[in-house]
Amino acid sequence: MNDMSDDDLHEPADASRRAFLRTAGLAAGGAVIGTAAAAQTADPLITEVQDYASVTGDGVDAFPYGMPISHESDVVRRTVSWLTADPISSINFTPIHALDGTITPQGCAFERHHSGAIEMTKDDYRLMISGLVDRPLVFTWEDLQRFPRENHVYFCECAANSGMEWGGAQLNGAQFTHGMIHNMEYSGIPLRTLLAEAGVQTEGRWVYVEGHDASSNGRSIPLEKALDDVLVAFSANGEALRKEHGYPVRLVVPGWEGNMWVKWVRRIGVTANAVESREETSKYTDMMPDGRARKWTWVMDAKSVITAPSPQKPITHGTGPLVISGLAWSGRGAITSVDVSLDGGVNWQTARLANPGQKFALTRFYLELQWDGAPMLLQSRATDETGYVQPTKDALRAIRGLNSVYHNNGIQTWAVYENGAVENVEVGA
Amino acid sequence: MSKSVLKALSTSALVALFTLPAAAQTLGLGRAALPEEIAAWDVAVQPDGTGLPVGSGDVFTGEELWVENCAMCHGDFGEGAGAYPMIAGGEGTLTAARPVKTVGSYWPYLSTVFDYVHRSMPFGNAQILSADDTYAITAYILYSNGLVDDDFELSNENFTDVVMPNAEGFFVDDRDTAEVPLFTGAACMSDCSPAMHITRRATDLQSTPEGAVTVFAPDRPTGVAANAAAPEGGEGAAPAPAVAPEPAPEPVQEAAAGPDPALVAAGEGVWRQCRSCHQVGEGARNATGPMLTGILGHVAGTREGFRYSGPMRDAGAAGLIWTAETLDAYLADPRAFMPGNRMSFRGLRDADERAAVIAYLQSVE
Repeated sequence: MNDMSDDDLHEPADASRRAFLRTAGLAAGGAVIGTAAAAQTADPLITEVQDYASVTGDGVDAFPYGMPISHESDVVRRTVSWLTADPISSINFTPIHALDGTITPQGCAFERHHSGAIEMTKDDYRLMISGLVDRPLVFTWEDLQRFPRENHVYFCECAANSGMEWGGAQLNGAQFTHGMIHNMEYSGIPLRTLLAEAGVQTEGRWVYVEGHDASSNGRSIPLEKALDDVLVAFSANGEALRKEHGYPVRLVVPGWEGNMWVKWVRRIGVTANAVESREETSKYTDMMPDGRARKWTWVMDAKSVITAPSPQKPITHGTGPLVISGLAWSGRGAITSVDVSLDGGVNWQTARLANPGQKFALTRFYLELQWDGAPMLLQSRATDETGYVQPTKDALRAIRGLNSVYHNNGIQTWAVYENGAVENVEVGA
Repeated sequence: MSKSVLKALSTSALVALFTLPAAAQTLGLGRAALPEEIAAWDVAVQPDGTGLPVGSGDVFTGEELWVENCAMCHGDFGEGAGAYPMIAGGEGTLTAARPVKTVGSYWPYLSTVFDYVHRSMPFGNAQILSADDTYAITAYILYSNGLVDDDFELSNENFTDVVMPNAEGFFVDDRDTAEVPLFTGAACMSDCSPAMHITRRATDLQSTPEGAVTVFAPDRPTGVAANAAAPEGGEGAAPAPAVAPEPAPEPVQEAAAGPDPALVAAGEGVWRQCRSCHQVGEGARNATGPMLTGILGHVAGTREGFRYSGPMRDAGAAGLIWTAETLDAYLADPRAFMPGNRMSFRGLRDADERAAVIAYLQSVE
């Protein structure tokens, strides 16, 4: 029996289990470090035969496409309703605080739509290559399946990730401060293959990529990038893209801001100049203190965040062994190291990378330590293969002021209190 | 090798510079895009006018289209409604604590306005505007930003003559020179700064969605200043500035039998929603909406000198007189009460607010 009624049917056992956990927690709090705490009463989960150890479970076809077990129902995307005028042109956030490893499941990977997530069929899908090409072409879904394809793992980060934190610590949770990011393994065709098929003319310097949805979300991408590593992708994490991520075809622009990863790609036009669309002039431009704005700020700078402990993932186990876990990434190359500070950035120690950093992909880091119950000001700091070291928020503000909105890659601070609660804070000397 | 492949190789010199597969031959997949297909989809407009369709539209036509299609989200004058973007205003605010980024104050190119309106607006009903409609709305947006006179007509001929006020307000990403050198090098590992303390706390703002944080700091832990400075609200995600949840409007007093002073005072507050279009009292005249002094008892659609919609004129001809009752019904849902009338205001759902504003109108007779 796997449903929620399990608790009701086993009230006495469950009550004792909770009592046991409370006792164990206190024991752990008693500074017995390096020795397993002694149980004071036998754990009924061990001494009593549980239903699930006796009766049978679900048959193989109970869920032809499985969802996470109900006990994980809080691991979901969440939005912040006051950010946008309506939920159609809006954003939600990946629950990065509750995930481990580096691959983001599609079902909880953040969404950003400018005119809602549209529904298309593969049969109705068309991709046009037009503009300064020798042969303007139209491809069907099936045409695309016949090109040689590649697989790559890349992070996609919205340029506005952490954008609500420019003015100061605002949203209380890694999901909200850093959750406009996901990391998936894409299968797709290098854009250069499709452009070669159409024959780029010598005056061509840019591609303008737009979607089928009403917003179009057109973006200009320099031809050099288009011919380098941009993918026209149709699968993520081994299966078809989800509707909300551009089914059946989206653009993948490694290391560059998520807004350029045009979903439901409709047309790729080769142009001599940037189109200067709405999304690359009025939005996704970064206001500087003198009132002018940076444009074409495509690259995502090196960044990291501790995902646990974090406000949504407090320390519930008391003192003793503690795993600090987090994510690091850079649009300039692979992550080479991550440092963690327990004191707000005064002293640092090198974290352990779960695997060597990969170019334009999330890197998981861990720092294992013995927590003595003292308050901490937790920070992480990423360094990428170019030698760029993630700056503090104040260092960014000194250059960009407070109205940049986008590209906030400053160091995040979590205050961890004696009771294990965690809060989003900023620190100063 | 086919002729087309050879042509592709010879004309794709630039492509060949970048790591094409060794055998850079095409696969012959897909089909030629037809001219009418390209015309249907390749509608992007560039700053130099590339892509502009032939057509024209004037401010006056644009205003009518605006009221019909745009004002419900962007306001009658582009001032914005709810959290939808402001289109007009904001001049001189780009260095302010809270920049107001509108077409007039921020957008560098007029082509962007045309391209976006034509391709993606109105929100929820995109691609219904003809080229002429789009020229007209673009002209009205220029007018509402004070950039052209009310007799201005925009066309593909004079389009590139328009220079936007903030055309020089952008520069290409300079992080590689302005930031990267500062942030590159060996990272400090110990005694990097004096001891740090908390200066700002997210819980001071209470802007995190409820239920998202499972364990909240139950008390102010020791060592944290209880009155640590709260940050200004950060600016929001991409499309709209973060708007802190607005405090609920002050409750309006219960409607009384007559226009008692308290009710009139409350109505004056409600009137703030009306006065961008309507005038009352001394010196009042027709504006976007008709002058409303003495409107109680007046026949609908007959204020001298105002261009009413057909339905409003017809209602007056049929005998509609503005009384407390008829005004209440109209203001509750203007569009349902009189389909096709020109008032873009969505109405006052709250009966108390309607009673208050009607009392106010009575008081200025």
